[in-house]
Amino acid sequence: MDDRSLSQRLHMDIPLLAGLLILSGLGLVVLYSAAGQENSLMYRQVIRLALAFLLMFIVAQLPPAQLARWSLFLYLIGVLLLVLVLFLGDYGKGAQRWLDLGVFRFQPSELMKLTVPMVLAWYFSEWSLPPAFSRLIVACALIFVPVILIGKQPDLGTAFLVAAAGFSIFFIAGISWKIIIRFVALATLSTPVLWYFMHEYQKQRVLTFLNPEQDPLGAGYHIIQSKIAIGSGGMYGKGWLNGTQSHLEFLPERSTDFIFSVFCEEFGYMGVLILVCIYMFIIVRGLYIAMNSQHTYGRLLGSAIILTFFVYIFVNIGMVTGQLPVVGVPLPLISHGGTSMVTLMIGFGILMAIQSHRRLLSG
Amino acid sequence: MSREFSLKDTRREKSLVASRIYAAGLIMLLLGLMLLGRIFYLQVIKHEHYTTLSQHNRVKILPLPPIRGLIFSRDGVLLADNKPSFSLEIIPELVDDMDQIIEQLERIVSIEQTDIKRFRQQLKKKRRFESVPLKFSLTDEEVARVSVNRHLYPGVDVVARLNRYYPAGENIAHAVGYVGMIDENDLKQLNSSNYIGTTHIGKVGIEKAYEDILHGRVGYQQVEVNAQGRVVRVLDRTPPQTGRNIHITLDVSLQNVAVEALAGKRGAIVAIDPRDGGILVLASSPSYDPNLFVNGIDFYSYNKLLTEGTPLLNRALQGKYPPGSTIKPFIGLAVLNLGLRTVYDETWCPGWFTLPGHAHRYRDWKKQGHGHVSLLNAIAQSCDVYFYTLAFELGINRLHTALAEFGFGEKTGIDIGGESAGLLPSRQWKRKALGQVWFPGETVIVGIGQGAALTTPLQLATATAAIATRGRMIQPHLLDEIHEPVNNENIDLIAVVNKWKIKLIESEYWDDIINAMTEVVHGTRGTARATGLNAQYRFAGKTGTAQVIGIAQDEQQRKDDEKKDIPEKFRDHALFIAFAPVNDPKIAVAIVIENGGSGSSIAAPIARRLFDHYLVSDNRTQG
Repeated sequence: MDDRSLSQRLHMDIPLLAGLLILSGLGLVVLYSAAGQENSLMYRQVIRLALAFLLMFIVAQLPPAQLARWSLFLYLIGVLLLVLVLFLGDYGKGAQRWLDLGVFRFQPSELMKLTVPMVLAWYFSEWSLPPAFSRLIVACALIFVPVILIGKQPDLGTAFLVAAAGFSIFFIAGISWKIIIRFVALATLSTPVLWYFMHEYQKQRVLTFLNPEQDPLGAGYHIIQSKIAIGSGGMYGKGWLNGTQSHLEFLPERSTDFIFSVFCEEFGYMGVLILVCIYMFIIVRGLYIAMNSQHTYGRLLGSAIILTFFVYIFVNIGMVTGQLPVVGVPLPLISHGGTSMVTLMIGFGILMAIQSHRRLLSG
Repeated sequence: MSREFSLKDTRREKSLVASRIYAAGLIMLLLGLMLLGRIFYLQVIKHEHYTTLSQHNRVKILPLPPIRGLIFSRDGVLLADNKPSFSLEIIPELVDDMDQIIEQLERIVSIEQTDIKRFRQQLKKKRRFESVPLKFSLTDEEVARVSVNRHLYPGVDVVARLNRYYPAGENIAHAVGYVGMIDENDLKQLNSSNYIGTTHIGKVGIEKAYEDILHGRVGYQQVEVNAQGRVVRVLDRTPPQTGRNIHITLDVSLQNVAVEALAGKRGAIVAIDPRDGGILVLASSPSYDPNLFVNGIDFYSYNKLLTEGTPLLNRALQGKYPPGSTIKPFIGLAVLNLGLRTVYDETWCPGWFTLPGHAHRYRDWKKQGHGHVSLLNAIAQSCDVYFYTLAFELGINRLHTALAEFGFGEKTGIDIGGESAGLLPSRQWKRKALGQVWFPGETVIVGIGQGAALTTPLQLATATAAIATRGRMIQPHLLDEIHEPVNNENIDLIAVVNKWKIKLIESEYWDDIINAMTEVVHGTRGTARATGLNAQYRFAGKTGTAQVIGIAQDEQQRKDDEKKDIPEKFRDHALFIAFAPVNDPKIAVAIVIENGGSGSSIAAPIARRLFDHYLVSDNRTQG
């Protein structure tokens, strides 16, 4: 016990922690500019970050084996909460997502981003890999029950992320490429059906994405202004606090979903490369931890967490650069806002637990 | 699928997961590179394009409309002022639901249906980011109410604008004119870049004629705006050039006397300074309030102006009246100049005139006739038979030439425009206009200013001024001086435009006619002798009473008897032309009172009042 390093006793992975700290530090710098130097907003963000890092630390103390045993239980609680939201939830921004717990409001759908991969990792690791077809059916059901509940709120963005987190485990678990290809084909074919069930504002987002210029003052405004912000940044950017697009309020949602545009405008392509390097470092380190996990549960869950992290980044940047429709997905650890950051940090806590609870193999 | 069976191969399982993690890493790398490529495209390749768009976004060029120049009278009275007024304006692009916002605003500001209608019309013409006025001239209370609630209505603002205001209102309307909102017709002929941001333009009168001088030059402001369109800071500024101030020749105190004299009547008065052609009085009655037109007149008021007494008609410039006996001095000059009579030669007036070989009697206004009359008496007593005879002897061709010399039948060229040319009949005119030959009888009645002959009060006034100056035909004008607004420096004095000089064979003929006209006022038998009583100066004039409708000769008798009973619109027009003082003319006037009755009793006393006011210094109210 004594020969363990400090990092192991604290159950922290130093490279990962360093990456996350640098990233959130950079995030605060960008947010300060994007939020128009508003101190109260910065203060709230710092508090949130501190809380998220604390939660990460706490989760890191839990042995992964313990987590595996709790997976199903946590998943069921999550689903129950989602059902409760449908009947008792508060309305916010036209969708029913929040559960008022008196002290604070809570978004159960966020929880599912973790519990779905957890339950799948647990379910798949109980048997040998690659999973048999019958298990895939059950796994699909495990994914779709919460995804449909979240989609009904309606919160397309989160539903998509939950589904992505779940299916990423399918991929890591080694389902055959044949199934993957069929699945992709099926998903493509089901698009019209999905369209039929979409809400008007969701349809509008997709239409706007396909042709932002058709409504430059309405729905297309976000994307057009975002592209102007990014493009006018150039190679070296306009400089910190000097972004005209954001400071003159042309850019909407600039401290939340569109913060990447502010970053691009002020720091230019060079800044983008640095940010991407930091993200890449975290992803590579995360994948390294997952790969070196001593048990299948850790490998599956760890990779799923990193893949979800990547999906966040990819969808957010794809969205602000006009390559993906505008869905409310924040840029991890940079965007202002709480719940998704907390979820992500709990995920990194699990990764740290996977890394630090390894038993040293003798010999 | 027993558990034991599948548990065996952990190594194979681990390598499978590892390979999938590598695959996932590879996919992520490819997707990441794709994003980086996309960002590279936006930031580096299309950088210039987006920089331009970004500049477009934030930098707007706002016009700074110039302040319109002021208009002063000769005696220093401000005739056209710029009065600050607050208007409620809306920037359409910032409003989601226009109906709803108008409905809400109606609760705190009184908005008429006509305001909304005009607003909607303008809404279509303007661009979405341009402010459109909804309601003009807010009261202080309304300004306060909107300002307090402004945060509730994005895109709604109270804007202070300078509004044209005419303090003298009706009294000067026909001279100064008015400005109105720029309409489509104006837009067609405007130098549009200088009028960006300008809302009003001169529509008639001085305001229209000297639009270029009054308007000034537009300025520009380069501003940084935020997404709501509100100005964040000014980057660059070229100030506008205020329009120049205009001083006009109108004498407001004299104008007021004229307006008072015309009160309740229809008619016009024009007074000219014969020395330089400056218009001292330009009054037309009934008049209208020019302030009604500044921000758009409502349909009801406009309709009223069109139907009740035609106040919009500028009778001084556009009213065409038979000159009646006021034409006699001008014909008299032709008689002398062509040697048909000397001033002493007498002609017999039995009370009527007949053309040789015709039985038709052209009657004199005096049934029993004037007896033997010289030219002097013929003018002083306004003998019709004398002028029937001499018009006939002159013939229409010579008559036409002589009268044309005094500018009859032709526009005077007054600087504010909008005048009518009147009508000086001739053989050619009749052939062209009516396709008929000229009859000698027509020449006869032209001799007393009846028949087809029509003049405007302005023409009569300028012709009278030409007699006063012994033949100088001057172009009448209202513009006196142009002043730089900054230091009030007079930058331009208006040159007197001498159109031509009427040359007579003997210059004494002028004296003869002027004597005759003086006799009209001061002579014992002059038609306007009552007017000239006790005047502190001597003046010369000529009365005129013009028939409105041709009354058959045999009915003449009855007409005289029933004068009191004929309806007003068939009554004669009362005319009077005059200038004063006789030996140093400073003012020439022409007065026309529609259906006023006789020139001597109705029109002539007005001239006396004007002269008294203008020439006798005690009556002047100059500060």
